Amino acid sequence: MNQTATKYAREIEELFAKYPSDRKQSAVMPLLHLIQRDSGYINKQAVRDVAEIVGITPTEVASVVGFYTLYHDTPQGKYRFQICNDLPCALRGADQFLVDLCRALGIQPGETTPDGMITVEAVMCLAACDKAPMFQVQGPQGITYHENQTVESTLQLAKDLAGKEVKA
Amino acid sequence: MSSLLLLRHREISNLNRLDIYVKNGGFKAFKKAVTGLQPQQVIDEVKTSGLRGRGGAGFPTGMKWSFLPTNLWPHYVVANADESEPGTFKDRELLEQNPFQFLEGLAIASYAVQAHTAYVYLRGEFWQQAAFLDRCIAEMQKAGYLGDQLFGSDYSLRIYTHLGAGAYVCGEETALLESIEGKMGQPRLRPPFPAVEGLYGKPTVINNVETLANLPYIIEHGAAKFMQYGTAKSPGVKIFSLSGSVNRPGNYELPLGSTFRELIFGLGGGIPAGHKIKAILPAGASSSIILADEKALDTPMDYESVPALGAQLGSASVIVVDDSIRMDWLVNKTVHFFRHESCGKCTPCREGTYWMSHLTEKIVHAHRKEDVQLLNTVARQMQNKCLCALGEFSIMAVMTAIEKFPEDFTASKGR
Repeated sequence: MNQTATKYAREIEELFAKYPSDRKQSAVMPLLHLIQRDSGYINKQAVRDVAEIVGITPTEVASVVGFYTLYHDTPQGKYRFQICNDLPCALRGADQFLVDLCRALGIQPGETTPDGMITVEAVMCLAACDKAPMFQVQGPQGITYHENQTVESTLQLAKDLAGKEVKA
Repeated sequence: MSSLLLLRHREISNLNRLDIYVKNGGFKAFKKAVTGLQPQQVIDEVKTSGLRGRGGAGFPTGMKWSFLPTNLWPHYVVANADESEPGTFKDRELLEQNPFQFLEGLAIASYAVQAHTAYVYLRGEFWQQAAFLDRCIAEMQKAGYLGDQLFGSDYSLRIYTHLGAGAYVCGEETALLESIEGKMGQPRLRPPFPAVEGLYGKPTVINNVETLANLPYIIEHGAAKFMQYGTAKSPGVKIFSLSGSVNRPGNYELPLGSTFRELIFGLGGGIPAGHKIKAILPAGASSSIILADEKALDTPMDYESVPALGAQLGSASVIVVDDSIRMDWLVNKTVHFFRHESCGKCTPCREGTYWMSHLTEKIVHAHRKEDVQLLNTVARQMQNKCLCALGEFSIMAVMTAIEKFPEDFTASKGR
């Protein structure tokens, strides 16, 4: 048994129960979600582990990691602030919001704050077009939505997350 | 009683709690189907109702179900909760606020095609909604609405959620199935269609969340009652996701056949002060662009009238554009989206969206006539050559913007 299999033994059993017994490959994406949530990214060893667990090649697992935007194969900030600036959000000021937020944090879109806490990225539509500017935070708690945001409210959120870090 | 069919939670508080949902008639329809109707009767009732798919294609739901062969088993039903079209945010509200009505609809659809396993495929960003649905499903199981021998019959059903991970193309039926099977979400060559060879190679029905949420009403009250809403050819109500340059964006439930004017200037509160309406994208970023003149505003929003304007109703994600917006900027946005989301499987879409994006980026900055002509040529070269609707629809906004607003691609004033 590999490390991932040991760590997620219970979850893997539950996942396999969702799909036909000869279709273990279906558990690839939920397993990757667990690893992504807990580790912040999916490294090469995890890819090999997952491949072994579901019985496919590491290349096949890597293709899934590469195809879907919520999986990352390199470490970034602990919290990824993913701002939608697609058409409907842009019509409500999302482009400017992204620029202003990055300026306030002293980084460019795609970059991470020096303390390693926050990465700011522009992403595609998040199905919250009526509540722009908005973003999702991808981090150790999975994914949470933050709608009708301002630069101030976003900076406050960043501060709150950093505060939680100190306590933990 | 609620005057709304789908957004009932706006009039009944805490409808996303099982006890409240049951108190307000919940699961009556599912019980009626399982204990009193043959599967074929359920299919016939939905066929009669004229319900059409609310995810975008508008295909008649009952007919879709009837394509499943009865000599190949098991059957699967998959709920498409991949809602990713820019401008669409209706399914998310249903999942959060009225989840049991959707799940009851999914159960009814499953009974109709005699599926014993159903999956809900949610876009990966709907992480919270998936966790919430898992709790709802567990409660249903505990209360006897899911599991074995439901309502004393020999029908059994289990529902599972499956999270995507950020890929617009997975809203396309066959890409979605690939994704559940643990692969890259790339569309399959069709035929065979999912009705014959779908999930795990078995006959599969795929229905949108909103489509499914209509079913409890149709089964409980009958097709005739449902057909009182909407028009003869587009019966029922629709959730319109209104966004863009409008005072009160949001989801609005209206009978099909309501006009753009009622939605945008009535419920939506009109255009922000100092601006005029310029254009409408009625089906999100996949839309042809409608010039918002008086005639367009008075056009009924249904599956027949919107095509008469040269566009589609799609998932009814109405993006309003005001006169401060230039179309070169707008199509640069939509094309950028499609380039990012192209799955890379077929050449026309993979290369076409790349070149369109390259050109719109150039046009926004330089406004060279040759680039606009080339953009139009590339779009036309993609037409009818892509493997799925993603590529086909990526060119709609481009071609209609150049046709209807040519001046926006020349001068360089404004945005």
